[in-house]
Amino acid sequence: MDWKIFTRSILVITEKNVRIYYFKGPVIIFGLLFPLIMFLTFFIGRSLDLVLFFPGFLGMMLFFTASSVGPLITPWEKREKTYERLLSLPVILESVIIGDLLGGALFGILITTIVFCICAWLLHLTVMNAGLLAFSFILGSIAFAALGTLLSSPSTENPSNIMMLSSLVRLPLIFVSGIFIPLGQLTGWIYILTSLSPLTYLVDLFHAALNGDAVYPPWVDVLVIVAVILIFVLCAKGIQKRNLVKGI
Amino acid sequence: MDAIDATNLSKSFGTVTAVDDVSITIPEGGIFGFLGPNGAGKTTTIRMLTGVLIPDAGSVRIFGTDVGKDPLAAKLKMGVIPENGTVYSDLTAEQNIILTAKFYGMDRTRREERAGEILARLGLTSRQNDVVRTFSKGMRQRISIACAIVHSPPLLILDEPTTGLDVYSRRLVIDTIRHMNREGSTVLLTTHNIEEANALCSMISVINNGKIVATASPEKLKKTFDTSRYVEISFDQPVGPALFSAPGITRAEPWGDKWRVYSDDPDLAVKYLASVAERDQLTIISIATSNPTLEEAFVKLTGGA
Ligand SMILES: Nc1ncnc2c1ncn2[C@@H]1O[C@H](COP(=O)(O)OP(=O)(O)OP(=O)(O)O)[C@@H](O)[C@H]1O
Ligand SMILES: [Mg+2]
Repeated sequence: MDWKIFTRSILVITEKNVRIYYFKGPVIIFGLLFPLIMFLTFFIGRSLDLVLFFPGFLGMMLFFTASSVGPLITPWEKREKTYERLLSLPVILESVIIGDLLGGALFGILITTIVFCICAWLLHLTVMNAGLLAFSFILGSIAFAALGTLLSSPSTENPSNIMMLSSLVRLPLIFVSGIFIPLGQLTGWIYILTSLSPLTYLVDLFHAALNGDAVYPPWVDVLVIVAVILIFVLCAKGIQKRNLVKGI
Repeated sequence: MDAIDATNLSKSFGTVTAVDDVSITIPEGGIFGFLGPNGAGKTTTIRMLTGVLIPDAGSVRIFGTDVGKDPLAAKLKMGVIPENGTVYSDLTAEQNIILTAKFYGMDRTRREERAGEILARLGLTSRQNDVVRTFSKGMRQRISIACAIVHSPPLLILDEPTTGLDVYSRRLVIDTIRHMNREGSTVLLTTHNIEEANALCSMISVINNGKIVATASPEKLKKTFDTSRYVEISFDQPVGPALFSAPGITRAEPWGDKWRVYSDDPDLAVKYLASVAERDQLTIISIATSNPTLEEAFVKLTGGA
């Protein structure tokens, strides 16, 4: 395989996604507004412990942002009939998957950084490990953009089916990810469920970076998230390849 | 080297065999037509040639590069318009062309130069900065072709490039196809317009029920099916079928205000018809012998009436 052409195809697909799907007034405004509303409902008028809950909020926000648009790209392009033309250009499935993933990840990193900066300034937050925090932003955005790409893979020409699937998968995840109840306080089957959610490990990583009160060592969190990225990408590849065989 | 060398391609969808052991070799240089009725398997074949559908069996080489093994290199050599394929409607005409050019690694000056050139050729210069969403079908199709030729591909594969276009758009598209061919692109296209195939193609393959049933130049195809020759004749007064029962005439049928008289030897039939007219004191208003048409060959090959 020619790595130069492959890299180029990924970058051009990313550019296409950013221009067509992300760099849109409504998408960016909603992207920023959503965390803000979440933040208000989370913290205003309640005496929640910021130290305890802010990492959870940040994780949830990044999770939603990075996986918001990705699930819709491929179904949308199939319906608009641009998908087949894209595939006949010098690209392979991996270029499409990684290009879609990078679009979502960039969006996630950008929005999360802006929101984090605003919050840090308003709340006078302190950060224990800024490097780790930046790294977690990137890693988390990639992971949940990968989830978005996986959700976009099942064959359908109707984006609203994917919307449904996407909500069905994404909403329950936030309840089992140590966001509303800190990981350290969980026991029993809730704890088991929570340790199955990839978001748990990102939130834990944020705890490590912001306050240093993580449950797992950071390398465990990183390892789990990297594994999750690989699983998401490989599953997306498997499903999309099957679609290519079935001709849909 | 052959532009396309496909061997033993097969594809089934459930119980439907869309393409059944098809082998095609397309030498470099010509315009190659793919004809066949709806559902014959043209699009399925083209999708396998362009690497967007994985065949059940068989392999495809584009200028020697295997599409299955090295898709990136193979796709670099092609420009494709998929059936019903469209460009991005949120981008402008020019942005679409330039984005496509980036996939082929063209540098900035070359991209912009080429985009301007192609937009002018396809009569879209005045709309180059409008988003494609606002375009008519014909204009969209012209943008699709613009994107397909942006990198001057050695091979152009076009699935129904002229379907649904008005005379003006159709001419622009056809002129562009001819131009690209003169500039060195080998062309493979499908069409339902047999006249267009006749006028454009140097070779034609007819595909039916997933199999290639004939491959030849348009003239050869016509010759092969040069059996249903006929004479069209009209008289100044009504005549009955009995007039046409004579040796050498296989069949006669009313055809508007005329009769179509089928014969293995139309010249002989003309002589005979002239003599009966004289005998029965009929005046011949018009008489013409048929030339074999590609359409007839097509209908014969694909089992139509
Ligand atoms: N993705 C698919 N799933 C199931 N069946 C399919 C699929 N694609 C094509 N077919 C079937 O394969 C057969 C060949 O279809 P194809 O689109 O190749 O025909 P075609 O020659 O291009 O026809 P047309 O002239 O109408 O475009 C048809 O019977 C069609 O229903
Ligand atoms: Mg077709």
